[in-house]
Amino acid sequence: MIKQHYQSIVIQTVCSLLIPFIQLFALYVIIHGHYGPGGGFQGGVLLAVSIILQRLYLGSKISYRKFSPKMALAFGAIGMLIFGFAGVVPLAFGGAFLDYENLPIFWVHGAELRALGILIVEIGIGLAVFGTLVLIFDSLVGERW
Amino acid sequence: MIWQVDFWLLVILIITALVALSVHDLLAAVVALAAYSFFVALLFSQAGAIDVAFVEATLGAGISGVLFIVVLLLTRRRSED
Repeated sequence: MIKQHYQSIVIQTVCSLLIPFIQLFALYVIIHGHYGPGGGFQGGVLLAVSIILQRLYLGSKISYRKFSPKMALAFGAIGMLIFGFAGVVPLAFGGAFLDYENLPIFWVHGAELRALGILIVEIGIGLAVFGTLVLIFDSLVGERW
Repeated sequence: MIWQVDFWLLVILIITALVALSVHDLLAAVVALAAYSFFVALLFSQAGAIDVAFVEATLGAGISGVLFIVVLLLTRRRSED
């Protein structure tokens, strides 16, 4: 459907300037998620928006070479795995499911370990949402990978 | 909570929803739907639910508008009913 460059120098310049800032803001939202508003889901959506913007203005031919849908699939699977391991690993160390206090990170204790566990889960959720939304867009457009 | 702000946000919200339902040009309906979810986000943040407002602004006004427009490019632009 969208194969070529978008033929406008204004749109190309503005999009290529905007994408790194969207990604930086997305990382800020993910990392800062347990202190303020935001979190893994919103940050993942913002990351997916940056990739979708690149797909829209570069066209699928170049954009698939920069970030292929297989990479999006891998990111989604890795995020889901991170979430699953953060849930299951405390079970093996004597806690409940998603009980971050029993994560096997031995040099951090107590409340700090719980905050670190929340951060790990947020990163997992962010990667999973990012990969899934980019994949939804790609399969909706229906180009060949 | 300032009730005047709430009231006018709710009025604009209902107007954008009616516009999105009644217009025949589907691209205009998508734009009205994005405006609707942006006003929902404003209403949420006015009610103090910043997190939900953030989700609504990114998902409702950002991603779903793009997905609807992509679907619109695959079909016709005008509705027939």
